[in-house]
Amino acid sequence: MMLDDNSPLVRIRDLQMHFPIYSGLFRRQTGAVKAVDGVSFDIQRGETLGLVGESGCGKSTCGRAVLRLYDITGGSVEIDGVEISQTSQSDLRAMRPTMQMVFQDPQASLNPRMTVEAIIREPLDEHTSMSRDEKAAKVAELMDAVGLNRAFAKRYPHAFSGGQRQRIGIARALALNPKFIVCDEPIAALDVSIQAQVVNLLEDLQEQFGLTYLFISHDLSMVRHIANRIAVMYLGKVVELAPRGPLYDVPLHPYTRALLSAVPEPDPSKAQTRQRVVLQGDVPSPANPPQGCNFCTRCPAVMDVCKRIDPTFQEVEPGRFVACHLYENHASETEKAEAHANQQGS
Amino acid sequence: MPNGAQAVLDVQGLTTVFKTRGGEVHAVNDVSFDLKAGELLGVVGESGSGKSVTMMSLLGLLPSPPADVRAGTVTFEGQNLLNVSDDDLRRVRGGRIGFVFQDPMTSLNPVFTVGYQIMEPLRTHMGLTKQAARARAQELLELVGIPGAAQRLSDYPHQFSGGMRQRVMIAIALACDPKVLIADEPTTALDVTIQAQIIELMKELRDKLGMAVIWITHDLGVIAGIADRVMVMYGGQVVEQAPVKELFQNPQHPYTRALLTTIPKISEERARRLTIIEGQPPILSAAPTACSFRDRCDVAQPRCAQANPPRYDFGAGHDAACFVAKDAHDAG
Repeated sequence: MMLDDNSPLVRIRDLQMHFPIYSGLFRRQTGAVKAVDGVSFDIQRGETLGLVGESGCGKSTCGRAVLRLYDITGGSVEIDGVEISQTSQSDLRAMRPTMQMVFQDPQASLNPRMTVEAIIREPLDEHTSMSRDEKAAKVAELMDAVGLNRAFAKRYPHAFSGGQRQRIGIARALALNPKFIVCDEPIAALDVSIQAQVVNLLEDLQEQFGLTYLFISHDLSMVRHIANRIAVMYLGKVVELAPRGPLYDVPLHPYTRALLSAVPEPDPSKAQTRQRVVLQGDVPSPANPPQGCNFCTRCPAVMDVCKRIDPTFQEVEPGRFVACHLYENHASETEKAEAHANQQGS
Repeated sequence: MPNGAQAVLDVQGLTTVFKTRGGEVHAVNDVSFDLKAGELLGVVGESGSGKSVTMMSLLGLLPSPPADVRAGTVTFEGQNLLNVSDDDLRRVRGGRIGFVFQDPMTSLNPVFTVGYQIMEPLRTHMGLTKQAARARAQELLELVGIPGAAQRLSDYPHQFSGGMRQRVMIAIALACDPKVLIADEPTTALDVTIQAQIIELMKELRDKLGMAVIWITHDLGVIAGIADRVMVMYGGQVVEQAPVKELFQNPQHPYTRALLTTIPKISEERARRLTIIEGQPPILSAAPTACSFRDRCDVAQPRCAQANPPRYDFGAGHDAACFVAKDAHDAG
């Protein structure tokens, strides 16, 4: 399936992105929103890693931090063997062609005063020394690749539907033959019948150009379709990371379990018999995360140790990572058995 | 439970047109449906299919101009809501018919306390005194599962999270014991775990209070878990209507079928490719004279371009507006 012969394309270690909070008369820093707080993962070449979580869990920030759209607080980001965590924004500019992004809202991420042609050509203007004709040919080629009619090149974004606008955004991201694309909720703003069109397009392009995706989404059914491996985020941390099959069949982390059971099933006979884990309460604020495990305030399997010690993110089976005390040695076996039972009963 | 029950709301031939500078937009075309006591009717459709405009038309919530409710009758408690005066309609809205909107962030007023906003319909519609209204408001907050209800009455909307705000909206809609509750995408703006909480809450409240609910959504998964009967809308028309199990097991209209196959399912074998519906939703610049789905339909025939199919009855409360499905059904 994947190419095992070489190193991962993207290697993230202990990535942190804290946004300072200023308050008081002198605008002193009084705290920080820990949007991303110690995230580690690899993305293999040609692979799609799904990053899922609820709003506010830091998944978009994580995607942006990986591309260094922010100056990150800490950690290491290595893309195609190059460490970019401390690189200056001006030096990063030269590296942008390898890594691109597709944004959530095609309405907001396309300049309404530029024609489609100009939008797709802009990265070529910035980063290549192609002649005018070469650029025009490349733009036409890209429009074909994403299924846009070449005849519409002189039109403005407002003349296109949501799905078509997302295609324009994808064509722009592809312009410089990138290796790695971060797709930040690329289908969230689209209707279901259009979502499938865009997802199929992304898969075709991946096959055609050997792309590697970080696919950020809150739609767990769609992520299951598109991703090879999936990372589940909760309150700035990855709580579980596993290949698609095992994650959906046997989720290990209590949060993953609750999240999966909350997905509505479009089948009434199943929907009525299914056991649901309905989590109580809301996600705590990332400016003031709870002591111990971030999930301990809502976890159906919470133990004493969870409220004191933050669990470590570790490999429990080959290729499966989870951060939970149920899979660590801090709690006694009887406690764990009890916690497991609570979880089933809820 | 809903079978044989009397209809509390009966809508016939509802047609709404928006007049814009670029011409007319026929948003709702000859929509008919009824809602039985205690029933939960799901309305599914993509954006622009007319599901929200239908509900807003029948309550007179659309500004006119540009909106023009051209035809139809809406029978509720023996009167036609399209003919009653604004004052009478105001008594119905928020009183006998409650409404929950999609976005709990923008539908609460940020400068009034939550308590004030729940007490408002109680005082205007039911004429309660301040004390009585406050007691009832507290009861309502408890009913929708907000902890510390008594204290939270004096909080402002920004002090609540999204899910909590939607609970407040539901409390307001329920304030005057409505017979009908119309919920327009009540969980779309919420996360899945919070959505699950709201769905459980609505099921519980429906059983406890025995009201009829119209639940508008674009998410078939939500519908499968909650609705008794489903109405599918496309291009401003009802294209199919059936009891929930029947609709999912035996969809008749090609659009419904396509919609059911296009969404990946979380527990089924993963398809290598998603099935897609080619093309774009229709532009509604004129009243339909042909089937509005024909350009995207994989079983379309020449006659689909010549006439707009009526809603054919398929028995057992199931109907669909499709010539091809009708022929297939008649042929056995």
